[in-house]
Amino acid sequence: MTPVSVKLYTDDVSLLMVLIDTNPFFWNSVKSALPFSKFLSHVLAFLNAIVLLNQLNQVVVIATGYNSCDYIFDSSTSEGQTQRAEHLLQKLEDFVNKDESLCREDSVDGPGFSLLSGSLSMALCYIQRVFRSGPLHPHPRILCLHGSPDGPGQYVAIMNSIFSAQRSMVPIDSCVIGAQHSAFLQQASYITGGVYLKPQLLDGLFQYLSTVFATDLHSRGFLQLPKPAGVDFRASCFCHKNTIDMGYICSVCLSIFCKHQKKCSTCGSVFGQAPVQDSSTPDRKRKTPMDA
Amino acid sequence: MLQKESNDGERRFNREEEEEDDDDADGRGRDAWERTYADERSWESLQEDESGLLRPIDNKSLYHAQYRRRLRTTTAARIQKGLIRYLYIMIDLSRAAGETDYKPSRMVVVARQVEAFIREFFDQNPLSQIGIVTLKDGVAHSLTDLGGSPESHIKVLMGKLTSSGDASLQNGLDLVQSLLNQIPTYGHREVLILYSALSTCDPGDIMETVQKCKASKVRCSVIGLSAEVYICKYLCQETGGSYSVALDESHLKELVFEHAPPPPAIAEFAVANLIKMGFPQRAAEGVISICSCHKEAKIGGGYTCPRCKARICDLPTECQICGLTLVSSPHLARSYHHLFPITPFGDVSPSVSNDPRNLPKNCFGCQQSLLNPGNMPASCVSCPKCKQYFCLDCDIYIHESLHNCPGCESFRHSKSVSTAEG
Ligand SMILES: [Zn+2]
Ligand SMILES: [Zn+2]
Ligand SMILES: [Zn+2]
Ligand SMILES: [Zn+2]
Ligand SMILES: [Zn+2]
Repeated sequence: MTPVSVKLYTDDVSLLMVLIDTNPFFWNSVKSALPFSKFLSHVLAFLNAIVLLNQLNQVVVIATGYNSCDYIFDSSTSEGQTQRAEHLLQKLEDFVNKDESLCREDSVDGPGFSLLSGSLSMALCYIQRVFRSGPLHPHPRILCLHGSPDGPGQYVAIMNSIFSAQRSMVPIDSCVIGAQHSAFLQQASYITGGVYLKPQLLDGLFQYLSTVFATDLHSRGFLQLPKPAGVDFRASCFCHKNTIDMGYICSVCLSIFCKHQKKCSTCGSVFGQAPVQDSSTPDRKRKTPMDA
Repeated sequence: MLQKESNDGERRFNREEEEEDDDDADGRGRDAWERTYADERSWESLQEDESGLLRPIDNKSLYHAQYRRRLRTTTAARIQKGLIRYLYIMIDLSRAAGETDYKPSRMVVVARQVEAFIREFFDQNPLSQIGIVTLKDGVAHSLTDLGGSPESHIKVLMGKLTSSGDASLQNGLDLVQSLLNQIPTYGHREVLILYSALSTCDPGDIMETVQKCKASKVRCSVIGLSAEVYICKYLCQETGGSYSVALDESHLKELVFEHAPPPPAIAEFAVANLIKMGFPQRAAEGVISICSCHKEAKIGGGYTCPRCKARICDLPTECQICGLTLVSSPHLARSYHHLFPITPFGDVSPSVSNDPRNLPKNCFGCQQSLLNPGNMPASCVSCPKCKQYFCLDCDIYIHESLHNCPGCESFRHSKSVSTAEG
């Protein structure tokens, strides 16, 4: 990284971490609506625009693959300065080939999920390094360009990343290209104060990107950005990975179950009595114990 | 850390001297120039290197060593943690809390640490509740009721910072014990006492009170601000708590924050149970509805009870209409890193790190170079599961805040293990 002391960072200088979903199964399923190459041309134009907005702006691209994740591009390194697009595309192609070679099972039904938890964790580590570099640094934010459906097995890891981002005040913006909404990214953007958007017309992706996601954090305060149309806060049960809006919670470890159990499968606690209905607990004096 | 221990004796001695001085003129018996040296303890920020030269303490390696020690103590604990805690913070606001050996005074420093602690506590213990009790003029006073909102506690505490009279440990424990007897059996009952005084002024036999606390399974921990007091130590031993005495402000902070992560669940202390809860959806912005908590029409935001469809303004809460406990699932997820902790990273053996060809050039997490200037390998660690290398800064960040290994999360084959667990 270039020494920060010589640069003058004002509050509109951004560090944009872009996480690009490269899951080949997903891109294969949307081939007709938005081919990967077309998607990339939208994204490249957007990244160029970001770098042009302010000469101190920094862009880092991480690929969210099906079998692995890796850094693709960093505008702050010397190789990032010249022939930006060629460099990025070359690295991306290498990554996609490597990612594909790691694929073991041939038969995958449906698009399958990509490793969002991995690329999010990497982006957060990178941001921490920028924070460590001194009191003056660009303002970081994360943009997820995501299409694959949520992987239920990643729930805990993604939640951990979201809370860590929230603690470091890093907003996670989401642009969902897939057919369905992503409950993970809805929660990520809601909790970290980022923007969640599911574009209606994928042909105009560049327009969406440049009008909604290009503005720095300082300028966002003056804009009317898309408001979330509700957030899916339902939990998934640990026993069947079903999405539920009411369930039973182990008082020891807070694991969620959809049905009453005798023993907690996470922590091994044996439950004594019939489930406690909070309303009918006799020794409760206060009516609203958790008033906010 | 070594620094602290070696200074320990010296410090104790110092403290005693101060106490004597304080008896007659509240610390004003000393000249101003003397006080600067005695109070600031500037010698503590120096350490001796191998050749006997004095130099400022090397914070980075110290910090990393500290973190490794913390990690060892936390991962040794079993997976069962008491995540639903009912904690009373008992703050001594007797005459002793007004002393100025901590700057600007003991009570201000305590209040500052308690404020930070309360925020951290709710971050790590969702569904838990805190209440504040103060000891002053020989009586105990319940400052705030048990509750789950950090801001309300902090506001009340900051408004009540005056010290006078004696502290009565017995009165405080009696009050807390009676309050904690009302909570549900699955909750863990705890008291954290921040004690400035060197004595307790009690109306009766405190030993009886200690036994009463033990009988009602209240875990009592004490952090002293002046010197070790026998009755505090006895109380902690009997009730299974921890006792420590702070050396200075940063040590106090460390001691207070040790109480933020949930303690191991002890079966005899709380009965495991299944609690029925609802996870309300957040309504779209711009929807108008009447909330059941304030009985007012509100625009946007808000949540809907999944059982009776009443509208609620904030979570967590209990539905006013049907009594279902309502939480947001992210609230619960805040604690899941306790259930699935990541393995501590191992030091890279010198044989590997001496040969630069074996090492990747950059940290897997943040891309920072793992080579010092001059191409000598810097110290780094590696994850035993995914075999990726990380820099020391990432090591701390990953284990203390992120709770995910970026390496393990970015490879599908290693994922299958954690998916099966989750
Ligand atoms: Zn289930
Ligand atoms: Zn459990
Ligand atoms: Zn209800
Ligand atoms: Zn690193
Ligand atoms: Zn790993």
